[in-house]
Amino acid sequence: MGQTTVTHDSHAAHEHDHHEQSFIMKYFFSTDHKIIGLQYMFTGMFMAIVGGYFAYAFRMQLAFPGMEVPLYGNVGPGEYNMLITNHGSIMIFWVAMPVLIAAFGNILIPLMIGCDDMVFPRLNRLSYQIFLLSVVVLFMSFFVQGGGFGGAWTSYPPLSAVAEYNLTDWGASLWLIAVALEFVAFLIGGINFVTTAMNARAPGMRMTDIPMVVWMIVLASIMFMASVGPLIAGSIMLLMDQRIGTTFFVPSGGGDPILWQHLFWFFGHPEVYVVLLPALGIVAEIMTTFARKKLFGYKTILYTTFATGGLAFVVWAHHQFIAGIDPRMANIFLVTTLLISIPIAEILFSYIATLYGGSIEFRTPMLWALGFLITFLLGGVTGIYLGSSALDIYFHDSYFVIAHFHYTFFPIAIIGMFAAIYYWYPKMFGKMMDETLGKIHFWGTIIPFNGIFLPLFLVGMAGQHRRIYNFQHFPDLATADLQGIRVFATVSMVTMLLFQFVFAYNFFVSMFKGEKAPANPWKSNTLEWTVPSPPPHGNFVELPTVYRGPYEYSVPGNKEDYWPQNMPDRN
Amino acid sequence: MSTQGPIATNRSATGIPTGRLAVWWLLASEIFIFGGLIACYILYRLNNPWWSGEAVFTKVPAGAFNTFVLLTSSLFIVLAHDAAEKKDVNRAFKFIWYTIGGGLVFLLVKYYEYSSKLLTDDPELLKTPLTNTYWSFYYTATGMHALHVIGGMVIMALISFDLKKGHNFHRVELIGLYWHFVDIVWIFLFPLLYIAK
Amino acid sequence: MIEYFVPGASTYAGDIDFLFDMITVIVGFWFVMVLAVMTYFMVRFRRREGVRAAYISGDPHSQKKWTHYPHYSVIALDVVIIIFTVMVWVDVKQTLPQAEDKIRVVGQQWSWFFIHSGPDGKLDTEDDISTVNDLHVKKDTVYHFELESRDVLHNFSVPAFRLRQDTIPGRTITGWFEPNRTGIYDIQCAEICGYGHGIMGATIVVHKDQQAYDAAMESIRNRTYESDYQKRLQKMTVSTVSNRESFRDKLLSSF
Repeated sequence: MGQTTVTHDSHAAHEHDHHEQSFIMKYFFSTDHKIIGLQYMFTGMFMAIVGGYFAYAFRMQLAFPGMEVPLYGNVGPGEYNMLITNHGSIMIFWVAMPVLIAAFGNILIPLMIGCDDMVFPRLNRLSYQIFLLSVVVLFMSFFVQGGGFGGAWTSYPPLSAVAEYNLTDWGASLWLIAVALEFVAFLIGGINFVTTAMNARAPGMRMTDIPMVVWMIVLASIMFMASVGPLIAGSIMLLMDQRIGTTFFVPSGGGDPILWQHLFWFFGHPEVYVVLLPALGIVAEIMTTFARKKLFGYKTILYTTFATGGLAFVVWAHHQFIAGIDPRMANIFLVTTLLISIPIAEILFSYIATLYGGSIEFRTPMLWALGFLITFLLGGVTGIYLGSSALDIYFHDSYFVIAHFHYTFFPIAIIGMFAAIYYWYPKMFGKMMDETLGKIHFWGTIIPFNGIFLPLFLVGMAGQHRRIYNFQHFPDLATADLQGIRVFATVSMVTMLLFQFVFAYNFFVSMFKGEKAPANPWKSNTLEWTVPSPPPHGNFVELPTVYRGPYEYSVPGNKEDYWPQNMPDRN
Repeated sequence: MSTQGPIATNRSATGIPTGRLAVWWLLASEIFIFGGLIACYILYRLNNPWWSGEAVFTKVPAGAFNTFVLLTSSLFIVLAHDAAEKKDVNRAFKFIWYTIGGGLVFLLVKYYEYSSKLLTDDPELLKTPLTNTYWSFYYTATGMHALHVIGGMVIMALISFDLKKGHNFHRVELIGLYWHFVDIVWIFLFPLLYIAK
Repeated sequence: MIEYFVPGASTYAGDIDFLFDMITVIVGFWFVMVLAVMTYFMVRFRRREGVRAAYISGDPHSQKKWTHYPHYSVIALDVVIIIFTVMVWVDVKQTLPQAEDKIRVVGQQWSWFFIHSGPDGKLDTEDDISTVNDLHVKKDTVYHFELESRDVLHNFSVPAFRLRQDTIPGRTITGWFEPNRTGIYDIQCAEICGYGHGIMGATIVVHKDQQAYDAAMESIRNRTYESDYQKRLQKMTVSTVSNRESFRDKLLSSF
């Protein structure tokens, strides 16, 4: 079987933990993948509140320019730039990645592949500690003289390289250091995801028996690792420009600002797939469970994901069509960018085909999963407009771009997050969440979400450009109609934020008052559902052996419509 | 025998020991980091022909000597690995410290090179990271590399002490892999920074 | 459809608008189809008492074809989009038609400096006319623009022309446009450039003929010109809000 395991496998789970740990040791210095995963999750959720708060503040400024924003204060031009910069950075680096990859990767991977922890638990703990440090450094950047960095999450030089231009001297450097620390945390974390999934699998679990979400997180980690290296080099160069006065990216000293753009986007584009893949994985797990159906074309999905991952590395300059690159180069990136829509379409079609012939139950996690598919589909097709280089001449740096990427990022980071939380909450906390409140939260999020971003396509078509704190300076954009759209979007946003209190209530109260969760409330096949809710330290009393793939639902001839991976016989 | 840890650490569904898989992952990420830096250097170099005029100020003999030193130290760590496989603690310990010695010689030569450029009174010979973009790259690339050399030396020392206690013999191979990587980065930097004129 | 929001005022605006409409038809068709199929599946295969799900792996070709054929047609449509895009891109960004006049556009933190070529049609000569935030051009004239920046990245954006181009310090970037509709339109900076990015607007005036243009240039030369940019800003008292107004009042007055 290609396994070289220690022979006394199954008893070790007992040996492990007969020592009582103090509260500090158990929680602050825990090496247990489940605790570390929850630490990432709670940090990510907290940062989502911060990022959302910033969005609230800047959207209120746009809808009611010049007015003091309730619960925030005045948003002037510099403040506005700081808010949008950190909103974007926080949502990508401190919400999407920690929740989708680090939290659920940590919580799920050892359980789903049938072992007792990650391969390197202490390295795992180190990665969270570095991550937490990055959060602290980011917050520090808000309180230094000049305030937080305001040069957009893309941090283009020379603006970002020269304090005289950006006026946020230490804010810019602390932001950069925070991002760099986050990168290091995830590089270290990636070691565990990849080695554990590849090496620590239960006996009998072939590559094609690995649940899709595990594959997706592994591939995402590999893509992240390959894309972030050049940007780390670039960040060192930018930090040196900022702090010691080198001119890597400053033309007056012989530097080239476009080099930064290439380094950034060589990372930036694969990064969006780095966060997409885990969300797709989460959706696969949920859809198969609630449709009681095998995942359609497991191998097709896997190979197309490899293809997407590879292609993702050759599309980056579509962010730079009009940045001053050689216009002939734009044609190459036009072709690769439109081509990448093909494997993604294949994956989405396979997911939809999974519904065919199913027995679909619309529980809250399934609502989120289906909501993901529909909103991401819209996000994906609007990407075609932007991938068309000639059309991008008009849409570059416009609200059309903002609407497009929110229709992709929001499903990924927010819908994906909620889908995963609702689905694995019983396993993580041993209690069931309230189903009615869950549905209210779902509709109260998804409908206003469309109310925010659908209109933004329209203002983008009207030529409204990005990162502007007050459109009243632009006569063609200061019309009553466009302002009406801005107000509508902001009101939708506030509505959506208010509905999150329903989730907060459900999340916290269910922990204490929720119905006790059985081991397998959704009757799912994967290994995490074979252990108690929540799982004990060491996960499995007896480490499992696997006999089949993860999606053997509704198998003809079986009594039950599910067939857990570790069950030796038919039922 | 490895230190106590979960069962997971000792499994190997792929047949490759997890420690080795992890170090390859680490090296892959470092390859992308240094690769990115070097790619930037090459692009700049191609667009700035006057850089070859600056490269004249690098000390080729020193660089060549350092290349020889690193290659030799790589040989030492291979011998250390061989000894560790045979569980010959004293021999392995000895060769690890020879490797660390090689690293030390490398750093001393680096010190000599840097000081001749940074601490000189002659304005023609003064070359700091701020002098121009060529030197910005020179110091960034060689500086990052030197930091990796120092890091490798520290870890090697720690592993050698572990060996004396009878633990973790497999880690000699792992640090050897890392050290070879550090060596290979230098093999790229030397011709690009020093020789290409 | 973009025309509904912003009139097209250059010769290539129509081409770019056409691309938008074409892509909308193609992706719109796909989006609606996929949504329809998905909705149908969700309704048809919802959980019903006593009905078991089917066991479908999606591996044999007879099943795989259902995702393969749609995705081949996606490829075909992508090719169509690529062809039309390249045609427009080459026209706007890769070719420079013969210039009939030239302008220089200099972006800086946080305003636009324009240099008109003057009667001799050449830049960097005695008769050049410079303005801040007011650009004047003539209808039906091919202009070459030279974009520069004094400090950071900016972006010369004229929505009515469907034109955007980053400016890079240390470089001069050349492009072209030919206005084909009289009017006064916004110029924007479309690349974040610091605190004042949000006030870095300007105005472009497309004059209907040589006479109108000359009159404007003359008034600039003899300092009787009233900035069109300033005039437009002053006219806008409509939606600015004074800090004294209560939030509640403002909220209610916008509905």
